[in-house]
Amino acid sequence: MSSQTFKRYVEVGRVVLVNQGEDSGKLAVIAEILDHNRAIIEGPSTGVKRQALAFRRMNLTPFTLKKLPRAAGPTVIKKHFEAAEISKKWSESNWAKKLQAVERRKQTSDFERFQIMLLKKQRRSVGRINLAKSKKASA
Amino acid sequence: MVQQRSRPIARNVGRLTRTQLYTKRGLFKGQKKAAAPAKEATEEFKTKKVGGAKNGGERKVPTVKARAFYPAEDVAIPKNSRKTQRPTKLRESITPGTVLILLAGRFRGKRVVFLKQLDSGLLLVTGPFKVNGVPLRRVNQAYVIATSTKINVGAVDSSKVNDAFFAKAAVKNASKEEAFFGDKAEKKEYPAEKAQEQKNVDKAILAEIKKVDGLTKYLNASFGLSRGEFPHELKF
Repeated sequence: MSSQTFKRYVEVGRVVLVNQGEDSGKLAVIAEILDHNRAIIEGPSTGVKRQALAFRRMNLTPFTLKKLPRAAGPTVIKKHFEAAEISKKWSESNWAKKLQAVERRKQTSDFERFQIMLLKKQRRSVGRINLAKSKKASA
Repeated sequence: MVQQRSRPIARNVGRLTRTQLYTKRGLFKGQKKAAAPAKEATEEFKTKKVGGAKNGGERKVPTVKARAFYPAEDVAIPKNSRKTQRPTKLRESITPGTVLILLAGRFRGKRVVFLKQLDSGLLLVTGPFKVNGVPLRRVNQAYVIATSTKINVGAVDSSKVNDAFFAKAAVKNASKEEAFFGDKAEKKEYPAEKAQEQKNVDKAILAEIKKVDGLTKYLNASFGLSRGEFPHELKF
């Protein structure tokens, strides 16, 4: 298998996004791989307690803490996590931005949804006017 | 020593409950303020003279005649209800100025402004009439969605509008035949004072609505769900 096939591996030091349970939406780091299904994860700077979590309850992110030793404790993980500026890189990623946008959409009030509708209408009409103009010019 | 009605079964624990003790002490009778005026004692019997040699000469006759009939069955006495009617509790999300979505009735789907809760527990709302055609109206809070949009209604004076405002004037009943065949169906005029009150109340609201961009359009539009929207998942 060439290294081009997969880009993210389950490995010690891999930053993961928990996607289920009370820590849902928080970043954590794989400290130790238990078996084919589970790993010990911990996120000392994001508030995820040390726990064994199944791989299907997390998503692998593109970030890894390359130099993290196996079975590292919270202080070591925290040190590496902050040295690599993972939180900053994460919040700048498109993935995180998209998640944030979805969350914001969910929180819109009735009036805000109405305003969005009005703006969308406006955008469509601008597009249509421009299209008509360009057609006229080319004809 | 005073006789104890509720001899304790343990320290500070009486044998009788509070209710039992209350009954036993007869507190329900209330405190007597003054002795009731003594009734004049009437005699139970009168002696009457009776003729005839074998009749003993006189007889005792009761002054009050006994009832001739008694009910065959005991009449059931309805139980006293201890329930009391309490004023309707206004939902916390509804405060004066809240925009509500009406869910039932003639104006269902309309977005209206909440003004105050009336004594009957119903909500007083207004369109405002000029914006979406909803007049001053009473609605039950159960048939309403409260949104998080609020309008400042501090300047609105709705003190004149109460439950009596919505009472209908009594109409004389025309004969049935006339009502059915008669073609003099008069168009009822909307009372001028009510129309004026509507204007007075709405005036301050309209000024407030104009301040926010798109709010007039929002109040004029009716509410609906589109595909993939579920009311239990929406935030209003």
